Amino acid sequence: MDALVTFLDDLPILSVITFLPVVGAIIILSIRGEEAVVAQQARQVALLVTVTTFLLSLTIWFGFDASTAAFQFEEKVDWLPQLNMAYRMGVDGISMPFVILSTFLTPICILASWHAIEKMVREYMIAFLILETMMVGMFCALDMVLFYVFFEGVLMPMFLIIGIWGGGRRVYSAFKFFLYTLTGSVLLLVAILAMYLQVGTTDIPTLMNAKFAANMQYWLWLGMFASFAVKMPMWPVHTWLPDAHVDAPTAGSVILAGVLLKMGGYGFLRLSMPMLPEASAYFAPMVFTLSIIAVIYTSLVALVQDDMKKLIAYSSVAHMGYVTIGIFTANKQGVEGAIFQMLSHGVVSGALFLCVGVVYDRLHTREIARYGGLANNMPKYAFAFMIFMLASVGLPGTSGFVGEFLVLAGAFQVNTWVSLLAATGVILGAAYMLYLYRRVVYGELVKDDVKAMLDLDAREIAILAPIIVVVMWMGVYPSPILDVMSVSVDNLLTKYHAALATPQAAMLPDVAERVVAWLK
Amino acid sequence: MSTMPDLVPAYPEIFLALAGMALLMIGVFRTKDSTGLLTWLAVAAMGVAALLIVNGPQGPVKTFSGMFVVNSFTVFAKLLTLAGAAVSLWLINAWVHKEQIARFELPVIVLFATLGMLMMISANDLISLYVGLELQSLALYVLASYHRNNLRSTEAGVKYFVLGALASGLLLYGSSLVYGFGGTTSFDGLATAMASAPQSHVGVIIGIVFVISGLAFKVSAVPFHMWTPDVYEGAPTPITAFFSVAPKVAALSLFLQVLAGPFAPLIGQWQQVIVFISLLSMGWGAVAAVAQTNIKRLMAYSSIGHVGYALIGLAVGTTEGARGMLFYMLIYVFMNLGTFAVILSMRVKGRAVEDIKDLSGIGKTNPGIAIALALLMFSMAGIPPLAGFLGKYFVFMAAIKAGMVPLAVFGLLASVVAAFYYWRLVKIMYFDAPADAFDPPDTATGFIMTACTVLMLVLFFESAPFVGGAETAAKALSFG
Repeated sequence: MDALVTFLDDLPILSVITFLPVVGAIIILSIRGEEAVVAQQARQVALLVTVTTFLLSLTIWFGFDASTAAFQFEEKVDWLPQLNMAYRMGVDGISMPFVILSTFLTPICILASWHAIEKMVREYMIAFLILETMMVGMFCALDMVLFYVFFEGVLMPMFLIIGIWGGGRRVYSAFKFFLYTLTGSVLLLVAILAMYLQVGTTDIPTLMNAKFAANMQYWLWLGMFASFAVKMPMWPVHTWLPDAHVDAPTAGSVILAGVLLKMGGYGFLRLSMPMLPEASAYFAPMVFTLSIIAVIYTSLVALVQDDMKKLIAYSSVAHMGYVTIGIFTANKQGVEGAIFQMLSHGVVSGALFLCVGVVYDRLHTREIARYGGLANNMPKYAFAFMIFMLASVGLPGTSGFVGEFLVLAGAFQVNTWVSLLAATGVILGAAYMLYLYRRVVYGELVKDDVKAMLDLDAREIAILAPIIVVVMWMGVYPSPILDVMSVSVDNLLTKYHAALATPQAAMLPDVAERVVAWLK
Repeated sequence: MSTMPDLVPAYPEIFLALAGMALLMIGVFRTKDSTGLLTWLAVAAMGVAALLIVNGPQGPVKTFSGMFVVNSFTVFAKLLTLAGAAVSLWLINAWVHKEQIARFELPVIVLFATLGMLMMISANDLISLYVGLELQSLALYVLASYHRNNLRSTEAGVKYFVLGALASGLLLYGSSLVYGFGGTTSFDGLATAMASAPQSHVGVIIGIVFVISGLAFKVSAVPFHMWTPDVYEGAPTPITAFFSVAPKVAALSLFLQVLAGPFAPLIGQWQQVIVFISLLSMGWGAVAAVAQTNIKRLMAYSSIGHVGYALIGLAVGTTEGARGMLFYMLIYVFMNLGTFAVILSMRVKGRAVEDIKDLSGIGKTNPGIAIALALLMFSMAGIPPLAGFLGKYFVFMAAIKAGMVPLAVFGLLASVVAAFYYWRLVKIMYFDAPADAFDPPDTATGFIMTACTVLMLVLFFESAPFVGGAETAAKALSFG
């Protein structure tokens, strides 16, 4: 027993969680036999591997020391010593919850695709497992290049998931998703290279303590912003999201909304804020403006949608607007609220897409007008949908309330107008979600094909029940999650405000000067 | 009687020349078709040459009155060229037997072309540069029109020859100007002459521009790229594979040798030319490829774009740049060989097809080929975690370090456009409805395809020794 404990202690747990899905993918690749058998085994292996990954990831949750802001479970292996580049992994209170979120949602996605995906099942499961590796790896990476590798690596499986297993204009949407994201990302790469050349390393903890000249910070910040704003997505570069959501398969939408959108917010917290504090403070008003436009404009757009998925996609943009506001308030409520909002939105919007998937599997349409009166023949479904709808609206007692409230409280301390305008989004959010719910679930049950729809089966209950529990738990008793991030957020903000308070002396020389010299 | 020059540094080249002649004799005197045998002998000869290079002198050695140089840079470039040539020869062999146009001269000509490339890489004098270049070029013209009963192949050969002769003319004219104004053809002598008064050599600068034009033609950089799509499309596919790797490595190495060697003091003059060529190649390589329907033409534009990225390494004119360029070439060679192995596997019922549409839906019908090509395309587009990303990372890092941020940003944006057409192949393979399935690839082609694809991952995760090799090589150049 002691041997086992030591073995588990020595295990590079983050790498195991990150790369276990790849091992699963290799196992699936080696399955031979008839197509139906291969498909069934691929599903089972994928489920087994992702559930194991989730259980393993719980060990970092329970083994996590919330009293320190230092990175934990660290691993470091030399990768490219010529460039001071290392394979370095570690989590702190900001990244750890996102790791859990990713590992929590992936098995749900596999289950949700059990019957919905019929063609090329093996390839689908492989794509999902590789996607999980990329997501988890990105949240654990402590080297900028490693971060970028995982950040970009997400594109490949997601592109395939939308393009192969999607519907509608899947090819158009896949390319739009890919081109938007890649264009943003290459500018992040330029920023990474410039930072490396200044400091001589791509190690994230080292870079957090480096100090860049103010005018260089602006350029670096904009390079990162191009990437993270597309990923978030912020207005006006959000247009890829509704298309990608509408055409992606259900599970693809769940991961897209649940985890991929959080990569942008995480990037702001991990890279922009600690490394470029002056620029973050300088550009905060711009972020507020864009976020408020996003909150109000996309909420109004959501109000007039006929397609359920598109409506939820627009609501995602609005909710991400709260996140960016929260992050750039740079106070404790705001940042914690932003992180909590991301986690909550990850679970809730994922669940909403699953709810759409449930009825889509039965009627094969997402048009809101084709439904109505589902409360009569699908009471269990109506109940689950109601919980998630209310959580999305931000009803007290659900997870959505905590995040929104903290963000608004944080924003109020910085600028009352920001807080006021953002709060209108809460009202609009209630409007479009309740309107959606009324049209789909209430009313007379008149349409014959809708009458024939069956209520949730055991598999669907197994998918939705854990999410309901999580949503309620996060809403009623959020402190375990807030406690985990508290020290790390404090540390981030202390350094941030200390950096703003110090004068601009003692800073590194400027790459921009070299560019100017070269242009002359 | 003058003393005998030191032959030791040139042993690999001498061996290859003798082997080439011996192989020719074997082919002539054997009555049976000996293409297969000669191919293996040629590959073996290249292997021996590689061994001679590895075990021979590594440090800077000059011989033949300073016309021939061996240093860690030439070692790296020669090994890469030999690897590219040997793998291509393997692909060629599998192909000629399928098409039943085997002729024993083919491996011999490839061997001589390779010999020319090695000579180019070791050139340390304008004369030896030209001799090596012409040996290589003449062999390549013959190879392009190898399929002599095929209209497109002969057309490709003639086109390549006419334009290649023009480029050689430009190069020679430039060399004569350099000689006239610099007073010597030796790189060492020129380096001394240039270092003394770098600004006062207008005639030499004009000469350099001509030399650059000639070399840009050989590496198919915009605006000297026009021959590339036609020759790539017309030449037999495995020979196109050979064209796209070995001569590119040799010519780019020569580019580095010339500009970093004798003309290093004139960097202020030639740098802007290279930046310009690099920008145009990246941009046009990306944009023009979007509209292509033939996969070989697509690969032609792709290689034009890749040369543009590699030239960034030259444009910055630093050791980091040279390192980036060499590492980029290393990745490029295997990426391209893998892709051409896939193209060679595009056969429906025994007939070779080369339209992009023929790839439709092979994700379902030929999953193995599809996944290999998808990974190679992701690598070409520079998506991590594949080696193509690291190649770009190193050259862009060198550019930003030298303050050429606009060049790097332009290159990265061009790479997004390029990524579009690479991903379009993935889209056709996986998103479109299946057309006819391909025949299963033969063992050699299948092996090369798999090995190159795996190498894309290996070169990413275990890149340190290769980067180290490129770094040692780059340090042998006389950049500051």
